[in-house]
Amino acid sequence: MFFHWLEKNPFFFAAAISIVISFAGLIEIVPNFAKSGKPLVDLKPRTVLELAGKNVYMKDNCMSCHSQMIRPFKSETDRYGDYSLSGEYAYDRPFLWGSKRTGPDLHRIGNYRSTDWHENHMWDPPAIVPGSIMPAYKHQFTNIADIETAYAEAVTVKNAFHTPYGPEFKTTRAAWDAHRPKVLADAKAIADNMKNKDVKEAVANGEVPEVVALIAYLNSLK
Amino acid sequence: MQSNAALEYDYSLAKKFTFLTILFGILGMVVGTLIAAQMAFPELNYLLGEYGTFSRLRPVHTNTVVFGFTVSGIFATWFYLGQRVLKVSIAESKFLMVIGNIQFWLYFVVALAATVSLLFGVSSSKEYAQYEWPFDLGVVVVWVLWGIGMMGLIGIRREKALYISVWYYLACFLGVAMLYLFNNMAIPTYFATEGLGSILHSVSMYSGTNDALVQWWYGHNAVAFGFTVPIVGMIYYFLPKESGQAIYSYKLSLLSFWGLMFVYLWAGSHHLLWSTVPDWMQTMGSAFSVVLILPSWGSAINMLLTMKGEWNQLTDNPLIKFMVLASTFYMLSTIEGPIQAIRSVNAIAHFTDWIPGHVHDGTLGWVTFMIMAAIFHMSPRMFKREIYSKKLMEAQFWLQTVAVVLYFTSMWIAGITQGMMWRAVDEYGNLMYSFIDTVTVLHPYYTIRALSGVMYLTGFIMFAYNIYKTMTSGRVLTEEPQFRTPMA
Repeated sequence: MFFHWLEKNPFFFAAAISIVISFAGLIEIVPNFAKSGKPLVDLKPRTVLELAGKNVYMKDNCMSCHSQMIRPFKSETDRYGDYSLSGEYAYDRPFLWGSKRTGPDLHRIGNYRSTDWHENHMWDPPAIVPGSIMPAYKHQFTNIADIETAYAEAVTVKNAFHTPYGPEFKTTRAAWDAHRPKVLADAKAIADNMKNKDVKEAVANGEVPEVVALIAYLNSLK
Repeated sequence: MQSNAALEYDYSLAKKFTFLTILFGILGMVVGTLIAAQMAFPELNYLLGEYGTFSRLRPVHTNTVVFGFTVSGIFATWFYLGQRVLKVSIAESKFLMVIGNIQFWLYFVVALAATVSLLFGVSSSKEYAQYEWPFDLGVVVVWVLWGIGMMGLIGIRREKALYISVWYYLACFLGVAMLYLFNNMAIPTYFATEGLGSILHSVSMYSGTNDALVQWWYGHNAVAFGFTVPIVGMIYYFLPKESGQAIYSYKLSLLSFWGLMFVYLWAGSHHLLWSTVPDWMQTMGSAFSVVLILPSWGSAINMLLTMKGEWNQLTDNPLIKFMVLASTFYMLSTIEGPIQAIRSVNAIAHFTDWIPGHVHDGTLGWVTFMIMAAIFHMSPRMFKREIYSKKLMEAQFWLQTVAVVLYFTSMWIAGITQGMMWRAVDEYGNLMYSFIDTVTVLHPYYTIRALSGVMYLTGFIMFAYNIYKTMTSGRVLTEEPQFRTPMA
């Protein structure tokens, strides 16, 4: 019998397993790959400050409690806005859809929350939303965001995946030094709408606190 | 499976990995219980500054129980039963001993370092694949070392036919290797530029919808090849060994194994129902999830029928109880999953606490029960001592069983309540509840869940104590027990 033979021949046994388990990925994922990666017309990649905010979002693991995927149900579009489209995510590496909504969906939070609201909320969530079980993220007001890494990320995706960043995005340190003032200007625009003294001071000194980058990112989710 | 009087097996590696299983088990469960309590009592978020929030600790919990506890358990049982079913001692090859020891120490270092990295927020964010690229590379090296050790042992075996358990361990090795490699494909940004920014940061090779598809093809099947496949491999060895009964049906084993191999991977897209993934993929995910009941129940029924005519063992051997309960929870979990994968059910269940509820009846009821049973069975044979206390084992069994039931029932209620409240509309068609209403209503269920965590953790500490006392002061055995594990 075939299986008795197979069980005495480990090499062929392992080969058989490998073949049988690879079907699903080949048939389900590969055929649609190019189509599923297409961006919406006019989709803009995130700015360096927003990317730095996305990295804060990942560092503090916001997606363990918040989704970014509005499903096509009336109850969801009423609550969060238009349902999500594949092309909106085309520049998201990684995707940040989340799998659990301990808190609400954030995919279009930029449409209905402001810098000021986020500042107060990140400092003390239950003060803004009574009954909230979200912890305060006060450390984001003092930790400094890594904008250089965010720039490196933009350059990497530009070169590797043709994400449409401008010609000024180059792999050199000189290019980063030239771009840095732009990031700080974006940060200042956010910090101008905030009250926290430490944050304002840090931005004035050319540093970007994590919460500023995070708010820039959240405001861009529309 | 004849008696093995002629061969002296080397259990040094099995022992080392057993210690790690217990260590990572306690660590992972302590963190799990803490984050469960944080959802009921948010003040507990501030015990460790920025490192103690729910969001930072959640991946620490999942990765410690997956890559710490479960993987150690898989290695420990492999280094025990691999030798026995292949009828060869690992000590017969110096090379394999060296490889095994390098694997152990490297694994220990990588697992600890990766856990600490998550605590510091170094994360690529994909669930159960959060480790950044340097730690991923460490994991790959450990895995390859295990593969070399496994193939090597198979290469020098005396028993020509591979026993069912070996099929599953082999599949575990190959499946996890494939999934882990493809899902973690990333470009380190430091090396893609002239050394700009953090050396630890990377970007995924896939974007948006594609990234989600690859991630859940991985996420679902990391569960398949980490939490199902090797654990089935364990029960195929330990249940017959403990009960003295032969496996009920070889044909059912064949059907279940190859069925599981083929069907499982298709089901990943059921994590993406109603998302922006193409509809036909979602439908495939749903359909294959339902088909998956067949091979899953095939294995479980094969185990239960193995006990045919010997059910009296259930009353006088607590180890049989552990394994029978594990099979039963496996059946529960593998019928619950397909139900959640039906589109209309998923519309309610997705994003709610019913999902962690489902995960935990599988992991606490099936995976952990089976790993603990395996260690209980191995200990008297590895340490040549009787199990320290049968009474403690019985007490632990009931405490943990009640804990699992409390966990999943509270999360069923919480999840369905939440799912129904999100969609509830009044007579004019307006949403009835603001989001925060659907959070505060869950407080009692979160409290029950935290309590169940404390109970389960207590049970696990009782288990650890029992094993420790077995090693140090159990009655010494002069002869290896053939079937039933001796206990005082």
